Amino acid sequence: MSLTALSTTTPVPVDILRFNTCGSVDDGKSTLIGRLLYDSKSLMEDQIEALERSADITGGGQINLANLTDGLRAEREQGITIDVAYRYFATPRRKFIIADTPGHVQYTRNMVTGASSANLSIVLVDARLGVIEQSRRHTAIAALLRIPHLVVAVNKMDLVGWSEARFQEIRAQFEEFLPRLDIKDVKFIPMSALNGDNVVDASVHTPWYGGPTLLNHLETVHIASDWNLNGFRLPVQWVNRPNNPTDQTLHDFRGFSGQIAGGIVRTGQKIIAFPAGIVTTVKQIWTYDGPVQEAFCPQSVTLVLEHDIDISRGSMLVGLDHLPGSTTELQAEVCWMHARALQPGKKYFLKHTTQTVQVVVTEIVNKLNLDTLEAEPAPAELGVNDIGEIRLRAAKPLVFDGYAINRLTGSFILIEQGTNATVAAGMLRPPREIVKPENGDYVI
Amino acid sequence: MSSYHLDHLQHLETEAIHIMREVAGEFERPALLFSGGKDSICLLRLAEKAFRPSDLPMPLLNVDTGHHFPELNEFRDRRAQELGGKLIVRTVEEAIAKGIAQPAPGEISRNRLQIPTLLAAIEEFRFDCCIGGARRDEEKARAKERFFSFRDSFGQWDPKNQRPEIWNLYNGRLNQGENMRVFPISNWTEMDVWEYIQREQLEVPSIYFSHKRQCVRRGGQWLPVNALVPPKANEDVRELVVRVRTIGDIISTGCVESPATTTTDIIAEIAAARVTERGSRADDKSSEAAMEDRKKAGYF
Repeated sequence: MSLTALSTTTPVPVDILRFNTCGSVDDGKSTLIGRLLYDSKSLMEDQIEALERSADITGGGQINLANLTDGLRAEREQGITIDVAYRYFATPRRKFIIADTPGHVQYTRNMVTGASSANLSIVLVDARLGVIEQSRRHTAIAALLRIPHLVVAVNKMDLVGWSEARFQEIRAQFEEFLPRLDIKDVKFIPMSALNGDNVVDASVHTPWYGGPTLLNHLETVHIASDWNLNGFRLPVQWVNRPNNPTDQTLHDFRGFSGQIAGGIVRTGQKIIAFPAGIVTTVKQIWTYDGPVQEAFCPQSVTLVLEHDIDISRGSMLVGLDHLPGSTTELQAEVCWMHARALQPGKKYFLKHTTQTVQVVVTEIVNKLNLDTLEAEPAPAELGVNDIGEIRLRAAKPLVFDGYAINRLTGSFILIEQGTNATVAAGMLRPPREIVKPENGDYVI
Repeated sequence: MSSYHLDHLQHLETEAIHIMREVAGEFERPALLFSGGKDSICLLRLAEKAFRPSDLPMPLLNVDTGHHFPELNEFRDRRAQELGGKLIVRTVEEAIAKGIAQPAPGEISRNRLQIPTLLAAIEEFRFDCCIGGARRDEEKARAKERFFSFRDSFGQWDPKNQRPEIWNLYNGRLNQGENMRVFPISNWTEMDVWEYIQREQLEVPSIYFSHKRQCVRRGGQWLPVNALVPPKANEDVRELVVRVRTIGDIISTGCVESPATTTTDIIAEIAAARVTERGSRADDKSSEAAMEDRKKAGYF
């Protein structure tokens, strides 16, 4: 019996690492993913057969590992990756979700999509070319999205004769601009994805490199603290009120269902229900598997409260410590994702947690120059793939945290009215002031 | 390791429950596609976890091709009844009779004909959202699919023009006639599905487990002999101990030889498997882009 089968009968906790790969065209992203899958024995015979079949037809006999991820016809025809592709593999230590995000300059929105929920980003660099605009851009986006861990994969090392000097030179190029970005954990790995060096198996060509292989690093990087466990937040998704229940005890059941977006909640704990601003007590934490005494981020639960308060979808239940901000005046960094540029004065829908409100963009404060990583003040507009800071006014106050504190309660998307296109990803600046009780008391 | 830790199945579960509740919160007339297959069995349990103690806030919908395994339909009907769910079944047969679906000359497979049947059901009940059990690990075109997959008023998927999905913020806004397909278990693998079935002790149709069946060897796989798949003159009918790994129509679902009689056996078998789940589905093998083409036309 295999290890995987054993682990299901004896419940060894296996966790999930989400990562994304980014680089420019021909940096070998898809090849790297193919190599990870191939060398970790995650590929099945029919997938390998399909690869060999396309190798015979179009590849002159050479297996193209990129064909594993490039699933759409246009991609195979043009040899490019159009959209985010998700791949899955597992080792006995971890399960992995890969978002393969393309490197074309016009597809930055896909990188933001693939990276937003990642624990780790891999930025690929072609050892021959070193740091180019794309490398800087991708690293800056990873930093902006506050992805906790970064790997710089210096690929195609075989084409520079496995030169340690070249590897160190590229590392130095990175370290020149990394201090301007807020990334805590960066790892540099020399490799050849095409030949499999330092991907799964250690390379014989890099005796000067003492670090882990890529897979080794992915299996061991510490991700347990990536979730926010300070400051309870529950955005209400759905009000749970049984109609005509056969069970008499459920006649007055009124629960508030949602996924905990921060912190820990316990029965008997006091919480504030926003926007009402009223304090109440958690009477029960209801789950399908029975009531629990406490629950934590990112679990999905249903809370039953002591008092009958007006709470509906879009309300936010909040713990009494680590209070959020609540205001209609917002400041945020946005990544613009649509061909129609952002112009000041235009109205959009803003979706934040489970609430959608109308907003108007009052000012574009600056635009990030991805070459210099400097903010250029007062641009006329933000175009597709631009990143900049904006001010917004919302029709209703948002209950929020700064994105740096909480990725779930500090993020939003903008939706264009009429077309319903998702046009921007936004990361909120910390609130200028946090909510305060009226007259020192908000107990009902 | 801290006690505030979720294992991989708990992570996948809370992600899927969140998506189910977003559907209930954002759409007026959602439906949940329930075939009785293993993926939709997980969906049903996730719906219970998302919405109990209330009733499920959406009906169950199934497109019956007329080529289903009888064991599957029996299970589908019984499970829906046990849950107190409303089950709507629309058949390809009916769609052909009404002229909604038109078979090509000599077309035996109902695969393509499911599409107009599903789109007609969506129109009939004015569903604005259908929850489905598709998974990204199944197939290359599905690997590009969003959780909230926007479909235009013809039911079409445009892979080059998908809405970006950032964090867990799903854009469910629609104009008249448009609809959404939502896939809460997008991030689950075949292994995750079986591990979840085991953890939750979910019942699955008997054909997933080892049983004796008359089969013929065709196109590199064992097809079950039945009224729609009669053996050809030169074919050898063999009685084999088999199970199905994925359930499609009875004319295109290959059986695999297997002694697996329990969920634990199946998990061990998948862990050791050397071919993918969809390797036994003839409908995906017709061309490299078979799934992409069907999805663009409105398929799941």
